[in-house]
Amino acid sequence: MSRTIIDKIWDAHVVKSVTSTVDALYIDTHYIHEVTSPQAFAGLNKRNLKVFRPQQTIATADHNVPTKNQHLPIENELSSHQVSTLVNNCEDHGIELFGIGHEKNGIVHVIGPENGFTQPGMTIVCGDSHTSTHGAFGAIAFGIGTSQVEHVLTTQCLLLSRPKTMRIEVNGILGKGVTAKDTALYIISQLGTEGATGHFVEFAGTVFEQFSMEERMTVCNMSIEMGARGGLVGIDATTIDYVCKRVEISKERIVYWQSLNTDEAAQFDEVIKLDGSMITPMITTGTSPDTGIDITQQVQSNQRNNEKGLSYMQMKEDDFLLGKNVDYVFIGSCTNSRIEDLRQVAELVKDRKKATDVTAWIVPGSNEVRKQAQQEGLDKIFIDAGFEFREPGCSACLAMNDDKIPSGALCVSTSNRNFEGRQGDGARTILASPITAAAAAITGKITDPRTYLN
Amino acid sequence: MKRIQSTGMVLNIDNIDTDQIIPAKFLKSTDREGFGKHLFANWRYLENGEPNPDFSLHKFRKGSSVLIAGNNFGCGSSREHAAWAISDYGIRAIISSQFADIFKGNALNNDIVPIEVEADELALITKEVEQHPETEIDVNIDEQSVTIKGDSFSFEKKFDIDPLKKKFIMEDISELEYLISIKQNIEAFELEHVL
Repeated sequence: MSRTIIDKIWDAHVVKSVTSTVDALYIDTHYIHEVTSPQAFAGLNKRNLKVFRPQQTIATADHNVPTKNQHLPIENELSSHQVSTLVNNCEDHGIELFGIGHEKNGIVHVIGPENGFTQPGMTIVCGDSHTSTHGAFGAIAFGIGTSQVEHVLTTQCLLLSRPKTMRIEVNGILGKGVTAKDTALYIISQLGTEGATGHFVEFAGTVFEQFSMEERMTVCNMSIEMGARGGLVGIDATTIDYVCKRVEISKERIVYWQSLNTDEAAQFDEVIKLDGSMITPMITTGTSPDTGIDITQQVQSNQRNNEKGLSYMQMKEDDFLLGKNVDYVFIGSCTNSRIEDLRQVAELVKDRKKATDVTAWIVPGSNEVRKQAQQEGLDKIFIDAGFEFREPGCSACLAMNDDKIPSGALCVSTSNRNFEGRQGDGARTILASPITAAAAAITGKITDPRTYLN
Repeated sequence: MKRIQSTGMVLNIDNIDTDQIIPAKFLKSTDREGFGKHLFANWRYLENGEPNPDFSLHKFRKGSSVLIAGNNFGCGSSREHAAWAISDYGIRAIISSQFADIFKGNALNNDIVPIEVEADELALITKEVEQHPETEIDVNIDEQSVTIKGDSFSFEKKFDIDPLKKKFIMEDISELEYLISIKQNIEAFELEHVL
């Protein structure tokens, strides 16, 4: 019978079909971090249990770490306690930790792929909703709650209902200055934040075939922002090249990976087709990620972008946002902090200066990304342009550390959520691509990045 | 747990994300307890820390254990702290027209019953409870029914809950206990499974 890639990977991981709707699913790789794991370890410790498969568990500190002076002790007592709890738990249970200062430290969804831990055909979980990022490799990857973190630590399994499947095809050619981030924001604006609820999504079509792994990660990352349980892209030469550059893979394994791709006659529960040539540089206008518009268009007021969101953002229906003053620019997060993102930003800001009134932070996704940027001289370009080039972490995406946007300030951010207060109490967030954010930093205003492209 | 009988509280906002349910600044704790006081913190309190009199939940009976919320409740972050905060506050069931997947799983793992109704039904329930906060809501988990009877209002509906999750909630079985009980199956699976 013809099957989708989602069904094939799922079926290969069913330990036991518990009922007609619920399976005990085996988890290949479990990423953990300091914020959503301590209560799970406390559960194990209370029962005097050890982690079942510590070699399939990989830890990093990212959510709650400072992005300046990481060589010094963490000043905030609670953050420091949370990070040291992770260190102790990893030591006690024999789990490899890429902690603060480690050459491989960084955001969990950046270090997993770049070190070859994330591979096609896997089931991957983490106590973080953006675990969907790893779907870019043709993997079933999704975020879980802390109780489930405890389930995986204890049994390497989860009890899950079989997902519905959705295919989102984007064909055509993306225009100049249109990035993977714009593609993600466009899809979300079409589907709504609940449009894919209950489904795993396969992203397909020529746009995804031509995307690099970094670009695929950016879109899969935001699957959760359309309500999906996870999102993935089929396995092709781009996927295999990326993984084989990082780890040794047998020929048999590659043949197996290729066999996982969706069969031609496979049926999805839902299919959505979009035209890539319709996508333009996007910015969000409300307090929900589905409020994205073409950067040149007027703000709309509708069910998605309601009065509450608009009033929080201090925007009105029919406002044009081009030319609107910006206070902060944040380039980072598991959505857009990889080397390709930084290269695009560097290309745009090279030999330019940021606007005086803008505070601009670039927070690389990992120490590897940071090192690579330094080797390519990007750090110098950023600093010359007046940007701060920080150490890795989740930073102002969720503002758990000191990287907070002040109340009322407007921030153009390459992160994934523009919720009320997400970047700090009262902070106003506009989600955009790295080049749109870079252009805003240079002019100090919302700016169409295409004006800077040759 | 088999039945929840209580008055309700209305928070008539769509797409309430888990950042609103429990803002990230409260996630530094390494415990599961004590999050109820921070539930909806940014909406519930004024900047000076005093309760915000305009916040919807303050207009309903204290101790109500059924929350009636807008569409797509619990979207965004996977933080289970949201379910812990709701549970700690005393909420046992939530009525909405749709729940985000991760939140729904977290809710069930904390014995909070997510009840999905149609959008027009949600609008009716919201209106009734807003106008008559004393209206009793009866959630019968075994029968999978929600019954709301006011003076001039009557609503009864069967709701969906996965049979296995229902059994676990009613018989107080944790998913973890179940998974531990099939450890032999897991080890047998691993022998055949290539990582």
